[in-house]
Amino acid sequence: MIKIKNLVHEYIRRDENDEVTDITKAIDDVNIEVEKGQFVAILGHNGSGKSTLAKHINALLYPGEGSVMVDGKDTRNTENIWEIRQSAGMVFQNPDNQIIATVVEEDVGFGPENLGVAPEEIWQRVENSLKSVGMWKYRKDSPNKLSGGQKQRVAIAGIMAMHPKCIILDEATAMLDPKGRLEVMESVKKLNEVEKITVLHITHYMEEVIYADHVIVMDQGKVVMEGSPREIFSRVEELGRLHLEVPKITRLAYELQKEGVPLKNGILTEEEFIKELKSAGVV
Amino acid sequence: MLRDITLGQYYQTNSLLHRLDPRVKIMGTLVYIISLFLFRNLFVYLVVLGCLVSMIKLSKVPFSFMVRGLQPVMMILFLTVICNLLFTKGTVVYSVWLITITREGIELAFYMTVRFIMLIIGSTLMTLTTTPTQLTDGLESVLSPLNKIKVPVHEVAMMMSIALRFIPILMEEADKIMKAQLSRGADFETGNIFHRVKGMLPILVPLFISAFKRADDLAMAMDARCYRGGEGRSKMRPLIYKNVDRRAYMVMIIYLIIIVAVGVFV
Repeated sequence: MIKIKNLVHEYIRRDENDEVTDITKAIDDVNIEVEKGQFVAILGHNGSGKSTLAKHINALLYPGEGSVMVDGKDTRNTENIWEIRQSAGMVFQNPDNQIIATVVEEDVGFGPENLGVAPEEIWQRVENSLKSVGMWKYRKDSPNKLSGGQKQRVAIAGIMAMHPKCIILDEATAMLDPKGRLEVMESVKKLNEVEKITVLHITHYMEEVIYADHVIVMDQGKVVMEGSPREIFSRVEELGRLHLEVPKITRLAYELQKEGVPLKNGILTEEEFIKELKSAGVV
Repeated sequence: MLRDITLGQYYQTNSLLHRLDPRVKIMGTLVYIISLFLFRNLFVYLVVLGCLVSMIKLSKVPFSFMVRGLQPVMMILFLTVICNLLFTKGTVVYSVWLITITREGIELAFYMTVRFIMLIIGSTLMTLTTTPTQLTDGLESVLSPLNKIKVPVHEVAMMMSIALRFIPILMEEADKIMKAQLSRGADFETGNIFHRVKGMLPILVPLFISAFKRADDLAMAMDARCYRGGEGRSKMRPLIYKNVDRRAYMVMIIYLIIIVAVGVFV
């Protein structure tokens, strides 16, 4: 679905005389492959290059070196950009700054309108996508009345109405409260499972990573770790050095393990932790 | 305090006027405004008034909402009336000290007031019965001939609808910034007008910076959703004339004929 090969992206800062003062490599020789239907999480603290990476997949930025292929199309070819943006929809961080219309249903219709879809078909798509994120009953409301989590779900519905193959969440949960984050993650998980949409979730919240099949950890523009959530979470010390904090329950299990309690590596949820404790004969 | 301002004063109810195509309403308002300025004749105004009253009845919008539209312009209206009364030359009816009031002055002030009030109420009626989205859609369609002389009609309509979406957001933000500055000892209430205007600067600067940031984000979000101008774009709610709309156009034509007839012959 998404194939990134040796991607390099440099931010060049110039002074008034147009002379280069500073070059920062936001992405440095990154290779990533995402399969169809996968749920991939990209982790990294601020400035790790993860948002820049997301913009490359949506053809909002073009590769300096290397290549990005989305659904078999190269982002360097400008003829492809609209098809790429349609097949890889993007949800941004600030819920207020990505809703265009004054009514929920009209905002969801904005994408299909841009694609030139016929009116009856647009209404069908609006209905389906609003229902798939559980926002159908708010269709006549003003986005200003909704909570952050609800706004992000509307934004996701707006992307879904374009019938994408892949959704990229670019820190879409960063500005939400815990309840809103849960709402959004559950909608996304459902879309991934039911509609088989490929999801690329970019975040710095470790708790959200447990939804993913595959985790990529980035630091200073490079991929530093890759694997299943369990594999990643069992490397607590290493993550700590990258300023990433594992979920509390994983941390607790890790500390207990260090003290000699026989638990398995990379425990992700409380239920799992309790089960492990029981089978270890501690409680 | 900034939240009190309401824009896009749509009144939700189901009436014939609400169901009409926005283009019809825009054209109707235009015809109405023209009819107000065609003649200065009491009988014409009676016809116009009769028409306005029946339109208000048809719209099912409470009359108090129309009057609300008048309040902000009351001051201007009052000033023009005073000026017309005092500075129009003609046959003197009343004179004391420096003030002379003429017959022509009274007449002018009277017609001025009538026109002004009717103009405001008429156009308020349109905005009360049309949603902002419909209004921009209608304007885009009515003005589309201007496309031929390279006026970016679609872009302007898009900007208008985005502005409508962001007005409440920016107001909320202004409120927040204001409170933040107040909590740090800023003073917006006291002092003369210059002092107070200067006091607004610490609100305006952060507000503008944030508005630019939002614009940047929004442009990127629109790009990501394949927005590329009006070309090749379809509409969720295409504007299609129905029988009601055709009849409304007929009513407009008859109305104009009556106005002209009354104006010329009575």
